[in-house]
Amino acid sequence: MFIRFRKKSTPQSSEITPETFYNNRRQFLKTAAFASLGSIAGTGLAPFAGSVWAANGSRHGEKLTNVRSSKWDDSQVGEERTDYDSVTRYNNFYEFGTGKTDPQLYARDFQPKPWKIRVDGLVNKPGDYDFDDLIKPHQLEERVYRHRCVEAWSMVVPWVGVSLRDVIKRLEPQNSAKYVAFETLFDPDQMPGQRRRVLDWPYVEGLRMDEAMNELSLLAVGLYGESLPNQNGAPVRLVTPWKYGFKGIKSIVRISFTDKQPPTSWNKSAPREYGFYSNVNPEVDHPRWSQAKERRIGDFLKRKTLMFNGYEEEVADLYKGMDLSKFY
Amino acid sequence: MKRAIKPLIWLVLLAPLPWLVWLGFTGGMGAEPISFMNRYLGDWAIRILILAIAVTPVSQIFRIKSIMRYRRLIGLFCFFYAFLHLTSYVAIDQFFDFAAIWDDIIKRNYITVGMVSFVLLTALAVTSPKAMVKKIGGKRWRFLHKAVYIAAPLVAFHFIMMRKGFQLEPLIYAAIIAILLGFRLFRFLWTVRKRSKNFSFASMNL
Repeated sequence: MFIRFRKKSTPQSSEITPETFYNNRRQFLKTAAFASLGSIAGTGLAPFAGSVWAANGSRHGEKLTNVRSSKWDDSQVGEERTDYDSVTRYNNFYEFGTGKTDPQLYARDFQPKPWKIRVDGLVNKPGDYDFDDLIKPHQLEERVYRHRCVEAWSMVVPWVGVSLRDVIKRLEPQNSAKYVAFETLFDPDQMPGQRRRVLDWPYVEGLRMDEAMNELSLLAVGLYGESLPNQNGAPVRLVTPWKYGFKGIKSIVRISFTDKQPPTSWNKSAPREYGFYSNVNPEVDHPRWSQAKERRIGDFLKRKTLMFNGYEEEVADLYKGMDLSKFY
Repeated sequence: MKRAIKPLIWLVLLAPLPWLVWLGFTGGMGAEPISFMNRYLGDWAIRILILAIAVTPVSQIFRIKSIMRYRRLIGLFCFFYAFLHLTSYVAIDQFFDFAAIWDDIIKRNYITVGMVSFVLLTALAVTSPKAMVKKIGGKRWRFLHKAVYIAAPLVAFHFIMMRKGFQLEPLIYAAIIAILLGFRLFRFLWTVRKRSKNFSFASMNL
């Protein structure tokens, strides 16, 4: 018979801290310290950090060359661009923290180069593509799009990127492929926000094939004529301007072709609040707030939200006959 | 020294306001100053609420009765920030769009909860002057002011519910509130037990 004698120093399994708790410990202590400091001491420290950063400008990306203008230019939007500083300092990118200025603060040392993107699933040209191999064969275009966040604020952003349709065509999806799934890098060392399970990491998103093939869908690699700043999803992100901003998955490392509707992060987190489609729709409210209006960054008054964020002409056909209050 | 405490409380608890103005002038409020301001004022309302409900347990645990006299002032500051928080929502964020505000109140749980706690805090604030205590009567007044035991958890829920995903910060505030209210419950149960023991002892003596 095997009898195991436990040394006094050997911890019982019940004493071992689960790895996730261990990893979360620092973050917990930090947040706990801040919250209690804030509630007890006189001054909040977080806004101070914010103001220090506001005093310095955002770092600029590399200048992009050979960028063609497109039919989605400034005159097509007919509205002023949101200034560069707001676009690069007011971000939702929970991989770098949940505060709006966190991504700008904590993504500074992020390494978007070298970068590989895995292409797999129901596709004829699968493989691990280098960033350049995936993007370079295509024409860079500038597209000035409205950007509507599900939180009811919005911007106008001059993206630079390549047509997702062109990229998909080159990868040759099989006929059975009905959806495209995307995945963000998972690297808690570089992405401190991933050390806590705010969402089920890695971030995943997806589009129906016909949505992905719509002329509006863009794989963005830059903005304002420069390569994407880290906090905006470097080196490559999705932009689907008729959908809420969170569909625009950032820092993409994987593109998969599937025959089933892929899971999407916010839908997994709160299915009642975030659907697979997440089209901008002023008539379908978020359960916790109205989507009828939005505040354009820089404006004082809110403005009415447009159906499909003003891109009805381009995308309304995709959803013909669908009950959009059910398929939100 | 003692006479300096009240002015000191005024100074410290008013400090967030000039700080906010300074942030406003230096660009520290970020790209969406309206929502920043609204959250900033809400943050201070909940922090000062925690401070107010911490007074009683602290005075009991450390046996410093003298701090009890500052509880009302701290509570009124909590109401002051809650009022500014609500005002910034009505007057700036929604810009007096009362139809939209009414929709929010009845449709959005976190705003419903926030409004209910504001109504409770208002009731406590208007009944806080000494004259009102006399008018209502000490016993009834104390009962009324137990409403803070409802308002504080509601405020915590209001904060938790408005965040997206699983976020730690509002949970920490909620935990502090739970501890401060839990202490009262614990003490209440303790005295009830002690009293009943005394009672049986007394009856045995008869």
